[in-house]
Amino acid sequence: MTEMPDSRNAPSHDTAAPSGSAADARTSRTSRRRMLFGTAAAGAALLGAGCTSNKSNDAAEAQGQADIADDKPGKKVTIGFAGPQADHGWLNAINEQAKARAKKYEDVTLEATEGSNDNAQQIGQIETLINKKVDVLVVLPSDGKALTQVGLKAMRAGIPVVNLDRVFDSQQAYRCWIGGDNYGMGLNAGRYIGEQLKDKKNAKVVELAGIDNLELTRERTKGFDDALKNYPNIKKVARQAAEFTVESGQSKMAQLLRAEPKFDALWNHDDDQGVGAERAIEQAGRDEFLMVGGAGSRRVMDAIKRDDGVIKATVLYPPTMAASAIDLARALGQGKGIGGLSEFEIPASLTLYSAVVTKENVDEYLPTGFK
Amino acid sequence: MLSSPGSDAVKEPAPPPTQRSPARRGISAPRIGVRHLSLLGVLVALVAVGAITRPEQFLTGDNLQLILTQSSVIGVVTVGVTFVIIGGGIDLSVGAIVALASVWATTVATQEYGLGGMLLCALCVGLGCGLVNGVLIAYGPMVPFIATLAMLASARGLALLISDGKTQVVTVDSVLGLGVSDSYVLGVPPLVLVFATVAVLGWLVLGRTTFGRRTVAVGGNAEASRLAGIAVRRQRLLLYLLSGLCCGIAAFMLIVLTGSGQNTNGNLYELDAIAAAIIGGTLLSGGRGTITGSVLGVLVFTTITNLFALNNLQSDVQQIAKGAIIVAAVLVQKGRKTQ
Repeated sequence: MTEMPDSRNAPSHDTAAPSGSAADARTSRTSRRRMLFGTAAAGAALLGAGCTSNKSNDAAEAQGQADIADDKPGKKVTIGFAGPQADHGWLNAINEQAKARAKKYEDVTLEATEGSNDNAQQIGQIETLINKKVDVLVVLPSDGKALTQVGLKAMRAGIPVVNLDRVFDSQQAYRCWIGGDNYGMGLNAGRYIGEQLKDKKNAKVVELAGIDNLELTRERTKGFDDALKNYPNIKKVARQAAEFTVESGQSKMAQLLRAEPKFDALWNHDDDQGVGAERAIEQAGRDEFLMVGGAGSRRVMDAIKRDDGVIKATVLYPPTMAASAIDLARALGQGKGIGGLSEFEIPASLTLYSAVVTKENVDEYLPTGFK
Repeated sequence: MLSSPGSDAVKEPAPPPTQRSPARRGISAPRIGVRHLSLLGVLVALVAVGAITRPEQFLTGDNLQLILTQSSVIGVVTVGVTFVIIGGGIDLSVGAIVALASVWATTVATQEYGLGGMLLCALCVGLGCGLVNGVLIAYGPMVPFIATLAMLASARGLALLISDGKTQVVTVDSVLGLGVSDSYVLGVPPLVLVFATVAVLGWLVLGRTTFGRRTVAVGGNAEASRLAGIAVRRQRLLLYLLSGLCCGIAAFMLIVLTGSGQNTNGNLYELDAIAAAIIGGTLLSGGRGTITGSVLGVLVFTTITNLFALNNLQSDVQQIAKGAIIVAAVLVQKGRKTQ
């Protein structure tokens, strides 16, 4: 009944830089790469014109890249990892992904702290890691804004920080940000539903959102609405916000089902609260619509594969980002670049794509589904 | 129920001079209608709003069923909390106990024992937590606020430890079946029947038994009650046991409702339950209150949630309205009291 901000339940996906700027960053990165290739090509041409045929030199220049971090053992790196308390499926998966990836590398030692949702406590834990002089820090802050100062402190102490998902307030507080795309999640959910319903007249769509106090929820909703605008035949008729918990999912979904006796599609922001939402749907005995989930839990992926219920797809907010963060941290610690990019340095920010998992591609994604 | 030397089982122990006169205790049936007129008025107004704004969806049997079902879990918790508050205490740990009991009763190991095992487990966890609360408060040196606050923290922590932050999905069909329409008795969901039973039992115990009268007496004036021969400590212990038991029942109901156990269950139930009891006319300082009022309080809150959802209003407006209704309900009661 009383709905209050509750950080315990905030699963987390506090958000990234506004998608616009992320997109800008991406284009500028591409254009920079083009420029680099261009320069390299011009250089090669000049060399060619100068009748020097030093092939190997040529190749190196065209490649224009630093050492790439690969699976081979290299310089030993100690990575400090600090995340929030894993009281939610998605956050649990974050911790597991990070630990599993660190174990994979002989040269990586992971110093993981007990997760905490208390800002002050997490600050203390990160300061301990700074004092221990870890080589690189990976931080998923309980609250990005509140932990900016400690991020700055680490950077000033010469420890590069990989900021995971919930972004710090200042770009000086991290060397590299990697995280999900909440706006894109809504966008892709909307597009998928739009494509499914595009030939249907007066189609009705319902949205079951996450915690409304979180910016990420509003971004997801904005993305969803923006995508639906491309389909004039579709109208979003109702939206209620749950709290990322099973209980609230059941309760709010039951109300939505009562409010809208008939609709065509439902987007649920979070697969964990989806357990409750699906229970409410079962209790109401409804099945006239298609349901799209969010985040990508194993349970939902299994259901998509079985294809025996209303749930037809889920939009990822991939917890594998924690594994990638460990990769980035290792590359930073070893002073190497990452494969697939021409730059000498790892990028300053990486926004992950929120793929739509459907029956067609579910097998590919099953191993990444979290429990 | 309780043997206390020299007093017969039905009659109140001789009221000490400082105690309120029985007429003000609000436990006799004929007064209930008058006492709760204002809250009934609010409920009628809400129904009217619903009937005007969404006539096709609101005034249906299905919607009534929904409102009652959504009230049932928090309603059972509120009955327990009402007893504790009338008895002069407070229980902040109810939400955490519900979470712990629901998680414990849905572990893979517990689920192997089927419906009976899960129910027993939930009830035992609830009673166990209530026992700890009760002993700390009645026989230990702790005030209710602190003891139950400590229980809130540790029960939530234990729930997190057991569940490892994961949602434990129930696979026992007999449990799941209780939450879907096949199991409804004449259209009434079993959860609503449980809620009704607990509410009626609570009403009877509070208004018609020595236990109920002692609860009111202890909450009204503990020292006077002690001098009058009431075993105050034991009464307090029993009240927290009762609250714990209600939490255990509610936890099992929540498992049936959501088909799962999660450590985030019962989030902020303590505040919801206290709010429902307060707008139902229960005195936060103890000594006065009714089960009818608390049940009406729960129904008012659930009806608001339902109305807002039917009209597609968002969380921000809902929260503001709930706050306003708490203030209004208390103001109305205060105003009536001074007249």
